[in-house]
Amino acid sequence: ALPHLPALWSNTRKTHSLQDLRQQASIAAKVFVQRDYTTGTICQFQTKFPSELETRIDKQQFEETIRTLNNLYAEAEKLGGRSYLEGCLACVTAYTIFLCMETHYEKVLKKIAKYIQEQNDKIYAPRGLLLTDPIERGLRVVEITIFEDQSNGRIEGR
Amino acid sequence: MKNCEYRQIEPQGLGTPNAAPPPPAGANDADTRAKRRRKWEVFPGKNRFYCDGRIMVARQSGVLPLTLGLIVLTSCLFFVFDCPFLVEHVTSCIPAIGGALFAFVIISLLQTSFRDPGILPRATADEAAYTEKQIDDSASSSYRPPPRTLEVIINQQVVKLKYCFTCKMFRPPRTSHCSLCDNCVERFDHHCPWVGNCVGKRNYRFFYAFIVSLSFLTAFIFGCVTTHLTLRSQGGKGLITAVQESPPSCTALELIVCFFSVWSILGLSGFHTYLVASNLTTNEDIKGSWSGNSGVQNTVNPYSYNNIFANCCAVLCAPLPPSLIDRRGFLPTQESPPAAQPQVELPVFVGKSDLTVV
Repeated sequence: ALPHLPALWSNTRKTHSLQDLRQQASIAAKVFVQRDYTTGTICQFQTKFPSELETRIDKQQFEETIRTLNNLYAEAEKLGGRSYLEGCLACVTAYTIFLCMETHYEKVLKKIAKYIQEQNDKIYAPRGLLLTDPIERGLRVVEITIFEDQSNGRIEGR
Repeated sequence: MKNCEYRQIEPQGLGTPNAAPPPPAGANDADTRAKRRRKWEVFPGKNRFYCDGRIMVARQSGVLPLTLGLIVLTSCLFFVFDCPFLVEHVTSCIPAIGGALFAFVIISLLQTSFRDPGILPRATADEAAYTEKQIDDSASSSYRPPPRTLEVIINQQVVKLKYCFTCKMFRPPRTSHCSLCDNCVERFDHHCPWVGNCVGKRNYRFFYAFIVSLSFLTAFIFGCVTTHLTLRSQGGKGLITAVQESPPSCTALELIVCFFSVWSILGLSGFHTYLVASNLTTNEDIKGSWSGNSGVQNTVNPYSYNNIFANCCAVLCAPLPPSLIDRRGFLPTQESPPAAQPQVELPVFVGKSDLTVV
């Protein structure tokens, strides 16, 4: 970890840090957090902290993010009164109701997308990391892109 | 300083080498949308897409036209030749019930055939490389299971996950690769030629609704035709005359089709009801994965809730998962011809109003 890294990201360009990542930083590595199948086929990700991220972010923060994601996915797939009602209603209307209604799962997916964006803006981008929404990887992995430390050079815009 | 004319875009909307493709809603300009290609156009599996990616079927549509044709023909014959007589002599509810059943059957059939059964998109190049690296790292140490399988413990049951060479990933539990469609499908049940599609996690409930309603429909038509003939022959004319009075080929056709269908479809419905109640797939049942054939110890189905009602609810009324292949999403703008993979990543410059599209 470079000691001046926080200073680099916390100056006037902090509000634009996400843009800068894209335009200036190059990718050092990618880490893929795999699925955790111990509770069955429900979508859950492993909370094991990848060694490549040790220098960038604390374990607590990372685990917190993954745990929240897991809870959100569990909510999406929860079997309860609401999902049964939705299922029965769908069956009775010969499933044509899904043409006009959004399913419960889709609603939660939107919540997840928002959460990931928020995490990226507040926590991951300032540390030169980027989370990719698992839905873009077929719910198989949480892809974390690690950007190279911008220690010097190419400070000002393009 | 910077005269930033950009607008804050979602991180996923930005492209870098090997970054994620833009979201389906397209954070980019509308005027380039017309020239951009959608992901279904470069889909690597053997599927066919219609209506700009809204409808998908397997490459070999199998006997779906035959299935549709038989159902529509038999029902039409029923409505034209049997209904008038029965409305007069029995009750006028008959066409109403028949109509409702017929509509339900057709809708379920179309839902099963045209939906994404739960296809898993193939791994991106980075993911595949990462997985290969993990496999190589683990293979270097001695006495491990063969590197191309991964063991996980689900509800105290050991499950082996296989590596799919086509899709370049370890298959999740209950996922199988369909050779006809060349896709990995989640909770793979079977590939149904009658329906012209795989039956998997996302369309199993429609398939079940289809076969159950079809059993009711065929039984109903069979019953009505039999009643029709019985009533006619009771008029003192005898059965043969009765058959000759109503157009003979039609009634005979209906009887034959329904007779054979009733037994086969009822049987199939019964089998699938058993599968639903025990939370099994046809694939698992045929292979005997959980009946102790493969293992020494007692293997039980780790996915079952051990309660018929709970299993039925989980299989038929669970929240419908979304399609993972995002077939109507746009490919990122690119400067080279698209690769075989559905996700191609190239730089996208932000802050400019016109994106270059080749």
